[in-house]
This record gives sequence, C-alpha cells and structure tokens, in this order.
Amino acid sequence: MKPQPLVLKILNIVSALLLAGAFAMAMWYAPVEKVMGAVQKVFYFHVAVAWVGMLGFLAAAVAGIIYLRTRDLKWDIVEVAAVEISLVFFLIAIALGSIWARPAWGTYWTWEPRLTTAAILEMIYIALLLLRQSLEEPEKRARFSAVYTLVGSISVPITFLSIRFSRTIHPVVIGPGGSADTGMMPEMLATMFVSLAVFSVIFVTLFWHRIRLGQMAEKVEQARLKAMQ
Amino acid sequence: MDDRPLTADRKSPSTVRRPSSGYLKAILAIAWKDLASELRSRELLSAMLVFALLVILIFNFALELDVATRGAVTSGVLWVTFAFAGTLGLNRSMAIEKDRGCLDGLLLAPVDRSAIYFGKFLSNLAFMFIVEAIVLPVYSVLYNVNLFNPGLLLVILLGSVGYVAVGTLLSSMAVQTRTRDVLLPILLFPVAVPVLVAAVKASSGFLQGLAFAEIAPYVNQLIVYDVIFIAVAFMVFDYVVEE
Repeated sequence: MKPQPLVLKILNIVSALLLAGAFAMAMWYAPVEKVMGAVQKVFYFHVAVAWVGMLGFLAAAVAGIIYLRTRDLKWDIVEVAAVEISLVFFLIAIALGSIWARPAWGTYWTWEPRLTTAAILEMIYIALLLLRQSLEEPEKRARFSAVYTLVGSISVPITFLSIRFSRTIHPVVIGPGGSADTGMMPEMLATMFVSLAVFSVIFVTLFWHRIRLGQMAEKVEQARLKAMQ
Repeated sequence: MDDRPLTADRKSPSTVRRPSSGYLKAILAIAWKDLASELRSRELLSAMLVFALLVILIFNFALELDVATRGAVTSGVLWVTFAFAGTLGLNRSMAIEKDRGCLDGLLLAPVDRSAIYFGKFLSNLAFMFIVEAIVLPVYSVLYNVNLFNPGLLLVILLGSVGYVAVGTLLSSMAVQTRTRDVLLPILLFPVAVPVLVAAVKASSGFLQGLAFAEIAPYVNQLIVYDVIFIAVAFMVFDYVVEE
C-alpha cells in the first residue's frame, strides 16, 4: 500500500488544528446563552456532527446508485466508508443532543420527529452492516448494499414526514422560522457556521482515510483468496 | 449459484431485452402457482394464522386489554400482529423458492424479471389479506369492538400493499444471505416504519370516528409510500435476483 499522500497528511494536521480552533471558539468566543447557560455550547458541535452525518448519508446513497450503474467495486468501498462515518457521527449527534435535551427539555430522549428519524437512520445503517456481514461474495455484497441504501434513503424522508404531523419541539435553526426568532447573537451564528465548516473538513479527512482502509481490506481479501487457491 | 461465471450482460441488466408479451399472464401465473401450492400444503397460511392469533393472545396479557385501553391501542395491536405475521409469510414464501431451486427456474423463464416480483408480490399480498380477513373478525369477537369500518378496511388494504411491496423485495435479498430468516425483520422494519406509522395513525383515526380531514394526511402518505416503493422495487428487483 502506498504511504499517505502529502495532501492527506496536511489534512490530518489541519483537521486537528481546526477542531481545536472550533472548540476554543465555542468555549470562549461565543457568549453564554442567557436562559440555558453553558450547556447551550453543546449545540455548536451537535449541529456540526449531525450535518456530517447527513453528508455521509447522501454520499452513501449517491455511491450506491453509481455502483449499480458502473459495477465498479471502488464505489462500494466509497459507500461503506460513508455509511460507517455517518453511523458514528449520528450517534455522536444523538449523544450530544441528549446532553443538551436533559436540562432544556427535562428528558434525555423524546419521540420527536427528528430524534425518531435519526434513530431509524441508525437502525437502517446497522441493518446494512448486518446485511453486508452475512454476504461473502464481494460483488453480491456490493449489489445488495447499494439496493438497500437506495431503499433506505427513500424511506427516511418519508419517515420524517410521517412523524412531523405531530407537533415538534426540536428547535429549527436554519430555514423558515429560523434565525429571526431563535434570537441568536451574531457571534453565536458565526461560531455555528465555523464549526459546520470545520466538521466538513474533518468529514473529508475521515472519508479519505476510510476509503484507503477499504482499499487495503480489499487487497488483503484478494491476497487471502489467492493463498487459498 | 454464487460461483457461476460472469456473463457479458451483467453490466446493466435493465437493458437486457426480453419478450414483453404476456407480461400480465406471467405475473398471474406466478401468483397462481403460489396460491395453488399453498392451497394444497397450507403450511404457510396456517403458520401465519396461528402466529397472528398467538400475538393477539400475548398482547392481551401484556397490555391488559380492558375496555379503557382497548380503544387507544387496538390499531397498534392489529398492525404489530399484521407486521409480524407478514414477516413470517414473506420469509417462508421466498425460502420455498430458494430451497427447492424454483427461483432459478423462474429466472430462466423468458419473461421480464419484474414479472417475478409482481407475481410474488400478488401472492404475498393474498396471504396477508387472508390472514387479515380472519384476524379482524376474531379480534372483533374477542374484544367486542366493531372493526368493520370501510375506512379501516381501506387503510388495511393500503398499508398491506406498501408493507408487502418492500417486504417482497427485501425478502428476496434476505434469502440469499447466510443469516436469512433472522435478517428479514431487521432489514424490513426500519424501512417500513413510515407505512406502519401512517397505518396505525389512520386506523386509530377511523376507529375513533375522527373527521376525514384529520385522517387524510396519513391516508395520502400511505398512497405515496405504496406508489414510491412499488416503483423502486420494480426498478431494482433485477439487481437483487441476477446471478
């Protein structure tokens, strides 16, 4: 396996520095929220990791479709990389959200549209990994997981809509009903967008590493098959 | 089946041309084959039915279905029962095809592969309807609720169509894996959540006699789900069964 390319090495360091910077910005630059207090600072990272989770989810769906069109196994590696990153980041988003929700809503968890949708998304990814585990032939594994990702990515938005009919208590930050009445100060907005950008860079770095790992795993598998013959 | 050599046309199976005449006939033939063999063996329907009744029995103790709670949870109990019994049927109906090599025979038939999907879809749907047609009156008698509400029947029709549409696709995937029977519910339930949520909400709306305007969003959602998932399954079924 080739050593890490220079760009990736630079990205490693840049990601670490940016993460530290975003942390410092959330802690010391952004003002303390009047009503919720210091716990509100969790919000900057909660939004950012949820954003990365969505990015990975989209990337997985797109990679799945491209795989079905091209039948090139490298897109399967891309897909599973995106899925794993999404799985972890959504889990972090849920954990951070719970930390914030306990003082803000008085409970760690509530069956609210976004929370429920996030939980179901996690279940779909776990199901996908289980599906992959019980298939040995790489070509079939790639085909089935592309199909399942496709089905899942269509089902998730409908899930969100289906639960949204009941009233939501999750704050809407961006979009209609957003910034105007959430009363965020400009420093807070700036911190949020910086941490979104920072986590997007971190996503790229991790994605790259995970794709490299997938390529190595494929090589190992091929070498093993060769040894068995 | 897995070790067959790659064929030249596997790159994009959707472009493979097959004679399309008698498409409907092929669908009906596959559905009829399943119904006829079921009529003789009765192994699938009896298992689904007994299982469905046992689920209701267990709910009776688990939820203490007295008069007060009954009104609120009836639609939930019904849909959980249908979903569980449905999984059992979906699994079995695909496993039979796989175990006896029948699926390979079907794939060799000179019909479009989506005809196989729609044939299996129809027969699975028929099994589901038969189970529902027996469970509903039994539940009505046991718990003294009138379930013969045209709205509720419509919801059950729409909900079953959506559930079986995804279920048939995913079960044809699950039977080809190592863990097969265990895998289907794990794959199916998270994807089928929207259909179950909408079906439960719409059913309880009809049972409580709400105005149709309040139930309409859920009914619309069931229709949307049915259309989208039948279309998706139609498009990707080729990829699932190709060998």
